[in-house]
This record gives sequence, structure tokens and C-alpha cells, in this order.
Amino acid sequence: MTLDQMNIGFLPLVDAALPILAQEHGFAEEQGLNLNFIKDVSWASVLDRLLYGHTDAAHLLAPLAIATTLGRGRPAKALSVPFILGLNGNAITMSHKLADIVAPVGMLGDPIAVGNKLKAEISERAKAGSRVRFGVVHRYSGHNYKLRYWLAQCGIAPDRDIDIVTIAPPFAADALASEEVDGICVGEPWNSVAVERGVGRIVLVTAQIWRRGVEKVLAMPTARLDDDREKIERLVRALHFAAKHFIDPENWDANANILARAEYLDGSAKLINRAISDRIMFTAGAQPVDVPDFMFQYREAANFPWISQAAWLYSQMVRWDHLQYSAEDQLRAEQVFRPNVYRTALKGLDTPMPGANAKLEGSVTRNMPVGSTQGRLTLGANPFFDGRVFDPTEVQKYLEALPKA
Amino acid sequence: MRIAVIDENPVRAAIMEDGLAEVGERDVFVISERNGMARAIETIDPDVILIDLGNPSRDMLEEYFSVSRAISRPIAMFVEQSDDDAIAAAIDAGVSAYIVDGLSQRRLKPILDLAVRRFQAFSRLQTELKEARDALSEREVVDRAKKILIRKRGLSEPDAHKLLRDHAMNSNKRMAEVAESIVTAELLLGGDL
Repeated sequence: MTLDQMNIGFLPLVDAALPILAQEHGFAEEQGLNLNFIKDVSWASVLDRLLYGHTDAAHLLAPLAIATTLGRGRPAKALSVPFILGLNGNAITMSHKLADIVAPVGMLGDPIAVGNKLKAEISERAKAGSRVRFGVVHRYSGHNYKLRYWLAQCGIAPDRDIDIVTIAPPFAADALASEEVDGICVGEPWNSVAVERGVGRIVLVTAQIWRRGVEKVLAMPTARLDDDREKIERLVRALHFAAKHFIDPENWDANANILARAEYLDGSAKLINRAISDRIMFTAGAQPVDVPDFMFQYREAANFPWISQAAWLYSQMVRWDHLQYSAEDQLRAEQVFRPNVYRTALKGLDTPMPGANAKLEGSVTRNMPVGSTQGRLTLGANPFFDGRVFDPTEVQKYLEALPKA
Repeated sequence: MRIAVIDENPVRAAIMEDGLAEVGERDVFVISERNGMARAIETIDPDVILIDLGNPSRDMLEEYFSVSRAISRPIAMFVEQSDDDAIAAAIDAGVSAYIVDGLSQRRLKPILDLAVRRFQAFSRLQTELKEARDALSEREVVDRAKKILIRKRGLSEPDAHKLLRDHAMNSNKRMAEVAESIVTAELLLGGDL
């Protein structure tokens, strides 16, 4: 059988795992696909290669797929997301100097307590004429939005009280080491790299800010998806089987070793394994600690592209880019997520399939069975740390109620 | 016209700089340092920024453009989104262009074309370098194989060479391939290489 070739763009991050493992474990081949990988170090390059056909699909930041579709920062081009590569998996790592002031040692901080202390430290520094500076991986990233959501709720105005700059993930630890920034919000393994080098410690994980926050997605030009729908559905199936395989503890060591290879993350299998197993080491020399729900790759229909998640990302784009809310833009943002493709690709398989395409984000406080069209589906707690609920049909009201910054 | 070239590879940056001398009236500035890049750009105030596709600072630069009040002019990546062929060629060559000022395509096109040609020339250079290196290691393996033949079969150096060459010709292989199998066999059979 000749295999269909597909080029996949990615950045060296643990959440690029599913396409890589789909290829390495033969799930792609079972679907008649051979995946080639093109590695970059900046999201702008990953996006360029996708837009101009160097790659057929890419590991991409969810908000960047929406920003590209809405024409933020460059001419608009519609992208589609038929599959979510993972939820959360990021952390906030601070320099020892700042962490010692705002966070407890040996455990994760409480977002509100850390935020309050950070606010006090920011005003102390302001008196001395200096500012706290954070690095995020991209302007249009879940990292930027979750960091800002947390800061704003703690009474810190991200655009007025501190500086937030962009640093490509492989350089985040360097920036912390050189004191270019006081903190970074980045995906694994780059927090663990900073911890291992002794240049900072992990203070919070983004799962504490939004327990089921959408993170990386599989994205492609919409035109491409429509032209090649059948092939893309095969890719979605391969990713689905890879995700199911990924969460089995039996496979963790082998998967960490594969991801660590030079052509993929080119890093330490030991550090990668921490993210895979949700066992995080907060500071150099400490024991790894179990962080429930640190990273989500499969359970609770984690790969299902909920259009309510796309709508939340749009709400934050309006908030931080100071855009006029537009119902039409919201619709375009929601249409980036393609639950219909996910549904047809996985129809008849064993995976539970939600009955709806949208949900109230942040409304589940304990395990809750929900309507499904295939299998039985239970959603775990998915709150935002401030207890706010996001209703995708009331975005304007939601925006008005958020702290002004 | 003010052109800023951002490239952390000093050799390639130099090739770009030389090449841009072909463009008429221009000032070329090369930035090869990642730290303080935004400030450098602010100082240079270029009309065009050429940056290599794989540059890790690209995200930072896009961010800087979108928030900087210092450069309050429209920023686009390439002038005309519709000119897909030119863009594809530029991306294939590994070069991106950010247009800092509202620059007409007529003025920009020759610069981009030139940048693309320069980048391709550079990658040809890299390929030739690699081929030269490969040739070098081929010669090394042939030398090692000859030494084995000299020692094991008591041949002279020219005879060992001839044996290798004849065998390569008869079996339709490259001399280096034959030499490599001799070296491998010697290793496997416990030779003291």
C-alpha cells in the first residue's frame, strides 16, 4: 500500500506529542498516512509554512489559529481546527528572587494568594522605579490569555502595571537566567528546563487558572481541509488512537524517549516524562510532585473542539487587543473549531462523543455525566480560579463583568 | 531606502549585505544580536526588514510591531498577499520580509527578489560544503580499506588501489562503498582498527 504523505509543522514542546507518536507507533500508517515533521523555533515560522503550503497541518496555539482567521496582525486567512492536541500543560515559572517574595516553597502557590503578593511587590518596585516583567510565548497564545486573566482578577493591570514580552519557548529559560524577565509562562519541558538549570521555580500551573483550558490544536487552512476532507479525517483518527495510547502509564517511558530524540524535542527524556506523567518538580533538587490535571491529552473528550472554547479565546482577544465586540467576528472565531469534522472522523469508534458542540465553560464543579451520542461521557471539574462562568451566547455581558484593565 | 537585515548567521548576513549593494540608493543595516533587537530597529527606523524564516526572534518582532507606538505606520508581511508565487519563493528560500513603511510593491519587489537569490546562493554554498566534507570522509574510508588490504594480503599501495577500483567497477559500485564494506567486515571480524 502506498501511503499518503503529509507534512506537519511543530515547535519542540511536549504537547506536540500526538502527531509524532501517531507516526512513531504506526497509527498514521494504519490510516494510510506517512507523516513528515518540520520543526521550527518560533510560531510565526510554523504559521508561515502552513499558510504557504510547506506543511499540510501544524501544531499551533489555539488563539493564533483564531487571530489568523480574523486577520489580526496579517492579512486574514481562514484556518480550521478539527482536533485539540491538548489541554493545559503550561506553568508560570519565576526567578528565585521574585518567587521567594510571592510564593510558598515546596508546593504550588494559591493563585489568589500569589496574585495578592505579586500586586504588593509590583507597587513596591514601582516606588523604586522598576517594573516586573513576564515572558509569554506569543501574543496570541493561551499562555498570554491565562496569565492576563489571572493578573487582572488579582487587581494587576497587565498593560499598565507590568511588562509582558514575547519569547520563543526554547529561549524562555535563557531569558530568566539573564534576568531579562522575572517570570515566564511557557509549555513543557521549558519550565522544567529552567528549574533544572536552577534559574527559577514553578509557582503556578495554568490548570490552576482554568482547569480545562484549551491549549495546542491541529490547524490547517480551511480550504485545504475542505479539499482533502477524507485524508484529514484519517489524520484525526490516527491522532485519536495516539492520544489513547499516550495516557497509558505503561507507555510513558517509551514515549518520553521518542519525544526526546534530536529530530523532535531534542531534550531530556527525564524532564519530558514529568510532564507526561503530571509529576512536576517545582524547584531544583526537590522531589517531583503529583499535579492532578496538569496536562490533558485524552480523557473527557479533551480532543473535542468545543466552539465555546473558541468563543472564550475570542472574548480574550477583544479584551486585550481592545477590539470592538462583533457578533460576526465571534461567529468567524467559533467556526475555526470544527466539531463536525471530529464527529464524522470518529463516528462508530469507542470514543464517547458529546451530544452538544458548546458548553458553559467553567460551570462544572464536580464530575458530571453529560449527554452523548456515542458512549458515556463524564466531564470533570473545569472551573476558572475566580469561579466565573463563561456563556458563549452572552459574550458581551461576560466582558462587561470582567475586571477593567 | 533603509533596509535592516536580521540574521544571526554572520556569514549569511554578510552575503545579504553585499548583495543588496546591487540595489540603487540604499542603506543596509545588519542586526545579528538577539538582545536589544527591538531597540536597534527603532533606532534604524527601516523601510524594509528582511529576516530569515527560522529566526527565533520572529514572534518577538511581530509582537513589537503590533504594540509599538514608535512605529505607528501600517505593518504587513509582504506587500501583496495576492502575489502568492513571490511569497512562496521567498519562503522556500527561507526569507521573510516585513514592510515597516507603506512601501509600494514596485520598489520592494527587486529587493525581495535579490534577497531570495542571495539566500538560495547561501544554501547552495552550504550544500557544496557538505559535499566537500562527504568527499573527504570517502577518501578517508578508502585509505583505511587500502591499509587493510596491504596488511592482510601483502599488496603494494597501487595494487590495493587497483583491486578496490576493479572490484567497484565490476560490481557497479562506488569505490567508497566497496571500501566501507571492507572496513566494516574488518571491524566485525575483530580486526584491530
